[in-house]
Amino acid sequence: MSMMDRRKFLKVAGLSTLIGLGGSSAFELLKPGKVDAEMEHGAHGHHEAANEEGKETGPKTRWAMLIDMKAITKEKAEKIIHTCHYLHNVPNWGNPKDEIKWIWEEEYEHVFTDSYNEYDEVLEKLPFLLMCNHCDEPPCARVCPVEATFRRPDGVVAQDYHRCIGCRFCMAACPYGSRSFNWLDPRVALKKEMAQGRKLNKQFPTRMRGVVEKCNFCVERLDAGKKPACVEACPDVMHFGNLADENSNVRKILRERISLRRKLELGTKPSVFYLV
Amino acid sequence: MIEKALKGSSVYWGWVIFLLCIIGAGFIAYLYQLKVGLGVTGMSRDISWGVYIAQFTYFVGVAAGAVMLVIPKYLHHYTKYAKVVVFGEFLAIAAVVMCLLFIIVDIGQPMRMMNVVLHPTPHSMLFYDMIVLNGYLIINIICGYNTLLADKKGLPCPGWVKPFIYLSIPWAISIHTVTAFLYAGLPGRHFWLTAIMAPRFLASAFAAGPSLLVMILLFVRKVTKFDPGEEALQNIARTICYAMIVNFFFMGMEFFTAFYSNIPGHKATLEYLFWGIGQYGNLVPFMRACIIIGFAGIFILLVPPIRRNPFWLAVGCACVFLATWIDKGVGLVIGGFIPNPLEMITEYHPTFPEITIATAIWAVGGLILTILYKVAISVREEEQRI
Ligand code: SF4
Ligand code: SF4
Repeated sequence: MSMMDRRKFLKVAGLSTLIGLGGSSAFELLKPGKVDAEMEHGAHGHHEAANEEGKETGPKTRWAMLIDMKAITKEKAEKIIHTCHYLHNVPNWGNPKDEIKWIWEEEYEHVFTDSYNEYDEVLEKLPFLLMCNHCDEPPCARVCPVEATFRRPDGVVAQDYHRCIGCRFCMAACPYGSRSFNWLDPRVALKKEMAQGRKLNKQFPTRMRGVVEKCNFCVERLDAGKKPACVEACPDVMHFGNLADENSNVRKILRERISLRRKLELGTKPSVFYLV
Repeated sequence: MIEKALKGSSVYWGWVIFLLCIIGAGFIAYLYQLKVGLGVTGMSRDISWGVYIAQFTYFVGVAAGAVMLVIPKYLHHYTKYAKVVVFGEFLAIAAVVMCLLFIIVDIGQPMRMMNVVLHPTPHSMLFYDMIVLNGYLIINIICGYNTLLADKKGLPCPGWVKPFIYLSIPWAISIHTVTAFLYAGLPGRHFWLTAIMAPRFLASAFAAGPSLLVMILLFVRKVTKFDPGEEALQNIARTICYAMIVNFFFMGMEFFTAFYSNIPGHKATLEYLFWGIGQYGNLVPFMRACIIIGFAGIFILLVPPIRRNPFWLAVGCACVFLATWIDKGVGLVIGGFIPNPLEMITEYHPTFPEITIATAIWAVGGLILTILYKVAISVREEEQRI
C-alpha cells in the first residue's frame, strides 16, 4: 500500500472499531507477519496511528512478558510464585473456594485449551506459569461498570481497589481465569500466616474484602523504573520488555523463538508469550 | 387508595406477618454477610456468580412478561384484558424491585454502588442494565398507579399516561435484551456466547411472567369477589403455551448447534447440565426435571379441555413457572461457569445464609405484590358492586 492509501485505510479501520464493527480483525487479515505488523500501526488505539503532522507512530510502550518454557523448572516456578505473592501481600487461604492468586502453575492441557496437542509429551510435562495476560483488548476492562479495571496507555491492565464495587463482571468476562475476588477479609488470612512466620511487605497495600485483584505487571515497580519482581527472581525464565519497540529485548527474542499465546481466537491479544 | 392495604382479614395480616418474618431472617443473614464478606455464600473463584445473579436474571424475565398483557390491551384494544392489565404492571414492579435487591446483595462493596452513576461507563452492559431496570420500575409505577386511579374514578386513563404505556412495551423488551447481553457478549464462555440468548430470554420471560400471573389470578378469583374473567385467563394461558414452545424450540437449537458441530467447548456445559461430566453432575436431576415438567406444562396448556379446567390450568402454569425457573434461575448462570476457562470443574453448593437472603428477597417481592394486589382488588371489588 502507498503511504496515502494506508493512512486512509487506518482511518477507516479506526472508525469501524469505534462503531464496533470489529474493524480490528479486518485490519489484521491484511497484515502479513503477526506481531511486527501489529506493532507497526499500534495494535490498540488505531487513532494513535497518525499524529498531528500526519506521521505514523504506534503507541510508544506496550509492556509484554515472555516466559521461557525451555529454561523453567519446578523450583524456579515456585520461586517466582513465592516472590510475587510475598511482595504483593497475596493471602494464602489454603482452600480453593476463597483462593486468591496472581501467578500460579498449571498443566499444558489446561493452559492451551484451544490448541492442546495430546501427542506433545514435552509440553505436557512443563510447569506453565499462568498470570493476567494484560490483553491489548481486555474484555475485563470492557465490562467493568466503573472503570475500576482499565488499560493503561503502556498496555498494563490495572486494577483500582478503591473504586471496584465487587460486581465480579470482570471475572465472568476474563477468558483466562486470571482474576480473584476477596470473598473474605484478606487481612484475616495474612494475620494468621504472620503468626506462622510470614512477613508482610509494608511497601504494598493489603486489600479489603469485596474487591477483585490480579497480577498488575508490577506497576508499582514499573513506575519506579524497575522490572517486575518475577523477572528479578528468575531473569533467565521471565523476559520483560516493550513490544512496541522494534529493537527491544522481547522483540528480538520473538524473532528467534517459537512462541505461543493463549486463546488468540478470542481477539483479546494477550501480552504474555510462552517460548517453547 | 393505599389505605386499602391496611384493611384486611386476619388471614391477610397473618400472611403479611409471615412474609415479614422471612424478610427479618434474611436481613439478619445479610448483616452477617456484610460483616464477614461474600465468603459466607457458596460462590468461589470459579463460580463467581451464584443464586443471587441467577434469581436476578429470572426475575428480569418475570418483569418483562407483563408486556404480554399490555400489548393486546393497548395495541390491539383487546378489552378482555382491561381488568387484569394492572395486575401485570404491579407484578412487574415487584419483580424489578427484587432484581435490584438481588444485585445489591451480590455486590462486594455495596457502599460503593453509586460509583456506577458517578463514573458512567457506556462500554459496560451493566451500565445500561441499571438504566433500563430503574426506568422500567418508574414507568410501571406511573402506568400502574394511574390506570388504577382512573378505574377507581370510573374515568379513562389520563392522556399523558398513554405515552408511558406505549413506552413500556419496547422498554420491557429492552430490559431482558440488555440482561441477555450481560452474558452473550463475553468471549470464552461458550454456553453464553450465543446470538439466540436474548430471543430465548424473551421467550422464557413471556412464559414465566404470565404463568405466575395466572396462578395468582386463579387464587384471587377463589378468595375474593373479583373475577378477572375466564376469557382473559384462557388467553393468557395460550400466550404462555406458545412462548414456552418457542423457548424449548430455542433450547433445542442450542443442542443442535453444539452437538452437530461437535465442538467440545460448545458441548461441555450442556453435557454437564444434562448428563454430568465424570463424577460431577449436581444439576442433572434439576435440568432433566425441567424438561419433563416443561413439556407437561405445554401439554396441559395446549389441550383446550384440560386448560379450561381451573385446577389443571393452575397446574400447567405452575409447571411452566417451575421449568423456566430451573432453566434460567439455576442452569443458565451456574452452567455458564462450568467448566471454567481452564476446562476444570468446580461445582456450586449454595449455603444457608445465601438461601436465607434469597428467600427473603422473594418475600419482599411477595409483600410488595400482596400490598399492591390488595389495593387493586379492593378497587375492582368496589367496581363490581356498583
Ligand atoms: S487476562 Fe483476563 S484479567 Fe488479564 S487483561 Fe486479559 S481479560 Fe483482563
Ligand atoms: S468486580 Fe470491580 S473491577 Fe471487576 S467489573 Fe466489577 S467493579 Fe469492575
